[in-house]
Amino acid sequence: MAATATATTLSEPSAFKLVSHRPVSSSLSAFSSLKLHSAANSPNYSLKSQLTTQQHRHIGTPIRSTTTTPAVASTVTTFHGLCYVVGDNIDTDQIIPAEYLTLVPSKPDEYEKLGSYAFIGLPSSYETRFIEPGETKSKYSIVIGGDNFGCGSSREHAPVALGASGVAAVVAESYARIFFRNSVATGEVYPLESEGRLCEECRTGDVVTIELGESDCKLINHTTGKEYKLKPIGDAGPVIEAGGIFAYARKTGMIPSP
Amino acid sequence: MASSTIIPSSSAFIKKDVGLSAFSSQHSFYIRSSKKRACKKIASVMAPQQSERKPSTTGSVKTGSTMTEKILARASEKTQLVPGENVWVNVDVLMTHDVCGPGVIGNFKKEFGENAKVWDREKVVIIPDHYIFTTDERANRNVDILRDFCTEQNIKYFYDIKDLGNFKANPDYKGVCHIALAQEGHCRPGEVLLGTDSHTCTAGAFGQFATGIGNTDAGFVLGAGKLLLKVPPTLRFVMDGEMPDYLLAKDLILQIIGEISVAGATYKAMEFVGNTVESLTMEERMTLCNMVVEAGGKNGVVPADNTTYKYLEDKTTLPYEPVYSDGQARFLSEYRFDISKLEPLVAKPHSPDNRALARECKDVKIDRVYIGSCTGGKTEDFMAAAKVFLASGKKVKVPTFLVPATQKVWMDVYSLPVPGSGGKTCSQIFEEAGCDTPASPSCGACLGGPRDTYARMNEPLVCVSTTNRNFPGRMGHKEGQIYLASPYTAAASALTGFVTDPREFLQ
Repeated sequence: MAATATATTLSEPSAFKLVSHRPVSSSLSAFSSLKLHSAANSPNYSLKSQLTTQQHRHIGTPIRSTTTTPAVASTVTTFHGLCYVVGDNIDTDQIIPAEYLTLVPSKPDEYEKLGSYAFIGLPSSYETRFIEPGETKSKYSIVIGGDNFGCGSSREHAPVALGASGVAAVVAESYARIFFRNSVATGEVYPLESEGRLCEECRTGDVVTIELGESDCKLINHTTGKEYKLKPIGDAGPVIEAGGIFAYARKTGMIPSP
Repeated sequence: MASSTIIPSSSAFIKKDVGLSAFSSQHSFYIRSSKKRACKKIASVMAPQQSERKPSTTGSVKTGSTMTEKILARASEKTQLVPGENVWVNVDVLMTHDVCGPGVIGNFKKEFGENAKVWDREKVVIIPDHYIFTTDERANRNVDILRDFCTEQNIKYFYDIKDLGNFKANPDYKGVCHIALAQEGHCRPGEVLLGTDSHTCTAGAFGQFATGIGNTDAGFVLGAGKLLLKVPPTLRFVMDGEMPDYLLAKDLILQIIGEISVAGATYKAMEFVGNTVESLTMEERMTLCNMVVEAGGKNGVVPADNTTYKYLEDKTTLPYEPVYSDGQARFLSEYRFDISKLEPLVAKPHSPDNRALARECKDVKIDRVYIGSCTGGKTEDFMAAAKVFLASGKKVKVPTFLVPATQKVWMDVYSLPVPGSGGKTCSQIFEEAGCDTPASPSCGACLGGPRDTYARMNEPLVCVSTTNRNFPGRMGHKEGQIYLASPYTAAASALTGFVTDPREFLQ
């Protein structure tokens, strides 16, 4: 499931849709190091086909996922897209209300449905909804939150709903323990920590890029032209990239393949 | 925020930050696991292991451990652990329910194979409790998935329900998992209990390590019987003083969460001690531990004592071995409370740490009262509510919904005499007070649930509730307002139609 899920997330056009961003140059430089997280595994993947604005016609043919600077062996995992900004203490009921917990995440069709309800529990004060009426995916691939993101229930449906809706990464000041663990265990989303209150620095709809290097992790807001340092994800990174703990354990030989 | 308005209760509270010197050893240990904690002073108390010789064989224990560290050390077959260490912990009991169980089973089958067997059919406890009395087809299907799996795996403890029309026709059916775990003897001192529900921490009341995990982790435990866990540092809460008869454990935990915030114990263990805690019944200790997750806590724990052993007497025949924090155990910080000075509290919308005195909210008009859940739906919770109704002799002014946590609680509500009532049962007192008839035991509307869930908030109402969370949408409606309170305060509020301090009726 995890593998399918990742592929779905990444082949979802909206995840990389670029709308009105400037300055163009900075977003282009961001693309130069674009890894497009695991997208190489998806054979039909083509970034070009997913770019909707004319500004990017000149980018050219599909950008391969693992862009490695030849001199340096390290790879940079990059996410690029629109961000959706929420506040402090976003609990699991706001991420995926309890009435949708009848959906079983390990069933592929119900996994997709869970995604379509992501953040439906946010109060109406959030005028811009995370998923447009009639849509099943979100156009926002990066969520920016404040303190204690994902508090409340232990429901794994929460990171699953976000991942299934097309979210690649959450950037918050801090996380509730179980949400963080579930995000890593499922490999659904990268739970990244910011150093400041990015939820007050960014606005829903801003175009952002996240770069996770081995020594340097940052978030670039192309709409405002500002750059922010992120805390390193550490050993959890490879687990999420593999698609969760089971996939990682198999990949590294910790457990045998079934 | 709320604390500034709480002069009396704040004065009952002292936080003692244990000085750096007391933690020097711990700081040196932190280096291993956390880069965040830059250590300037390296003063190692425990020398690095030079040989195969284990500290236990030398007969000299050099540092003290907290009970959480000891439980995890034993379960991971280590001599001693320090906070921050990651260890593989053997699990004594894995619990799952109808909301997460099907996903856990799906993960287990996918990862271990269609024909795989669970690691121990007697250590898996499966309790349908969340979405039971509903016509939601998917919810009903989920209970069927549990049943098929339990049959296939010959799971020893499956508390099944087939006849949804009459829960009493299902002798195996219990109800809310955390209360059922205790009542059926699955909670034992010194053990490790994991469950796919954040309120699994309730079982810490028995002096055990208990915490909530996700479906993927639970799928792993189902196949392997163990899980990689990080040893949490412990916050210690010392509560002393005679508890006034208008307070309940719910007030104590709301006080604590208000003090340390909804993230104040993130990744940490919360240990509750002091003569007030010693005087609490098992059910009250469960209330205390139940809400540690509302402070972000990994687990809560109360040292086992005679109260614990007495409760367990007729519930389990399995041997258990309690552990206790050493005198020299290192606590991250210690908080002290004089409980005799506390007043009844509520948590205002929309956060469990939005603490206020009940009497400060006396102008808040309410639409309904809800008494139920793993937090506030136990026998003693209903006894407490009945006591307030009895003392007032009046009728409720707003709809008052009662959802016993388990079948056993339901039976108690209908059979146990309320002290001082001349032999009346809770159910009789509730009926005289004009409450709704006690509903079938389940998680009910605590977390909203399917649309047809009994007492679910389908409109933006104001509710005083004995449950555990009041984030937006928790009980069903995003614009609903939930005031978390003790059963005393909930019953008093039902009688006036406003948030009400129970002293108005109890004194």
